[in-house]
Amino acid sequence: MGQGSVNDALMPAAESHRPLALTPTEDIRGFLAFHLGRTFLFVITCTSVLAVFLIFLFVIKEAFPFLTEFSIVEFLTSAEWYPESENPRYGVLALLTGSAYVTIVALVFSVPVGVLAAVFLSDIVGLRIRSVVKPIVEILAAIPSVAYGFFAVMVLAPWMQTKLGFSTGTNALNASLVLAVMALPTIISVSEDSLSAVGRELREASYGLGATRFETIFKVLIPAAHSGIIAAVVLGMMRAIGETMVVWMASGNATQIPSPWWDLSQSVRTMTATIAGDMGETEKGSPHYRALFAVGMLLLIMTFCLNLVSEYFLTRAKRAGGKS
Amino acid sequence: MAFLLALPAVCAAETLQIEGSTTVGPIADAFAEYFMRSNPDLEITVKKTGSGDGAAALMDNRCDIATMSRFMKDKEFKGAVEKGIFPVAHVVAMDGVCIIVHPSNPVKELTTEQIRDIYMGKITNWSQLGGPDMAIVAISRDTSSGTYETFHEKVMNKEDMAGNVEYVNSNPQAHARVKTTMGAIGYVGLGFVDINVRALKIDDIQPTRQTISSGTYPVARPLFMFTNGYPKLGSTVYKFCTFHLSERGQEIIEAKGFVPVTAY
Repeated sequence: MGQGSVNDALMPAAESHRPLALTPTEDIRGFLAFHLGRTFLFVITCTSVLAVFLIFLFVIKEAFPFLTEFSIVEFLTSAEWYPESENPRYGVLALLTGSAYVTIVALVFSVPVGVLAAVFLSDIVGLRIRSVVKPIVEILAAIPSVAYGFFAVMVLAPWMQTKLGFSTGTNALNASLVLAVMALPTIISVSEDSLSAVGRELREASYGLGATRFETIFKVLIPAAHSGIIAAVVLGMMRAIGETMVVWMASGNATQIPSPWWDLSQSVRTMTATIAGDMGETEKGSPHYRALFAVGMLLLIMTFCLNLVSEYFLTRAKRAGGKS
Repeated sequence: MAFLLALPAVCAAETLQIEGSTTVGPIADAFAEYFMRSNPDLEITVKKTGSGDGAAALMDNRCDIATMSRFMKDKEFKGAVEKGIFPVAHVVAMDGVCIIVHPSNPVKELTTEQIRDIYMGKITNWSQLGGPDMAIVAISRDTSSGTYETFHEKVMNKEDMAGNVEYVNSNPQAHARVKTTMGAIGYVGLGFVDINVRALKIDDIQPTRQTISSGTYPVARPLFMFTNGYPKLGSTVYKFCTFHLSERGQEIIEAKGFVPVTAY
């Protein structure tokens, strides 16, 4: 910075009534205002960071006695969850597979639908329809999960029994279908954003080279926006894996690993449903209570890892968007 | 001006905190409604989160009355006494846990052994019990509910249930699942039995008000209100805990589908 620019910057100050040289009090006041304001805002920002740390700390603190008393290997490899039995067994494997089942099957339904809907909204349909459809899709995210759960139990479950001939309507498939619908708004919204962020240049270059619309979408746009789409899928996955009320109502909560493994008409139980269902009446400080916190810790670690993955892809998507 | 005058009265109003079982909750709610109608200065809050929560709240002196669908566990009782709280039990009503099936199911009665075998996964088809060839869908309440504990103790003899037993988290949900599932068997309080499901005879005894209050029906349990010490005679807590003995109280209990403890 040259001398001239400093003078230019000072000119307006000279014109106002503010003197150029500050008195020591004014100097200190300015100094304090600057630093106190900064600290205040820093503290405010820290509250959310602190909340995350405290949640981790609290869950680990409550789960720790369980992890020292019982074998972690048995916790992770046993499928027997009998916490209130005479001979209590705390095996999380069936719950873990239950969570995995409903999450993966939900993604199998919601990813193709969500990504295709995003392509449709970003590239095929006009702005007017998009501006109507997108907010409506986002309303899906605002419907309370208990309303979805009610629908699953009262409508979807009897339908599966009478029309599909399943012996029980509250099963892995039921929970997965409802979770798929719940994950859709996230997947559509984030994928659509990343598809729209792919510049006009790429599209025009593709058409200019003689590609059809189909080729442009599947060979140019989706590959170009893949980071954002992967982030969308991971966010949808987090939505599904962390959802509690719906799976608690719709999955049937039978503590078993379906056999044969592909039989989605069987009931499963997820980690979230177990925590929500059991926490109400367990004695505080009992092994069952601790075991539930250990399940919570496992869940927290899983969503934390998923979050890191989605962050990675979202930043990559942003960088890619910046370059083009 | 009237509002300003009313304000100190609201602040000075007597409050009663009730916390605990989801099963006893409706009784406490109806009692509270009656009490508050006859005494507008009284403020009663009823929380219904579970018997364990009620015990914990009484232990921490966070409530005046803990409603529980089971007796206090050793640990809870000891914990309370260590904190200087002396839980006193008031049995306010009886609750029969009815074993229910879909109304189209021809099976009308079972023994406790047969029900235990169903929930242990030894009997898996209704044809084994003289019914149609249809897979049995066993539905249980979640393992931490008071209803589960009664069933687990009286029917299961504390044996573990099979892995394929489904769990639901409330009486209405158990009812809804059985109502909509042909092959289902479940259990709910007597108050939740209606024409959409059929309550089975257990060991040749039909669950009715008489068989439950006399204790002959095998799957019945008393419902409790716990207070810290016996309430002072004439106090609101005392009136509340003895209200089930009055005619009005008994009417309320019957209206909620439970059975009064008083034979009349």
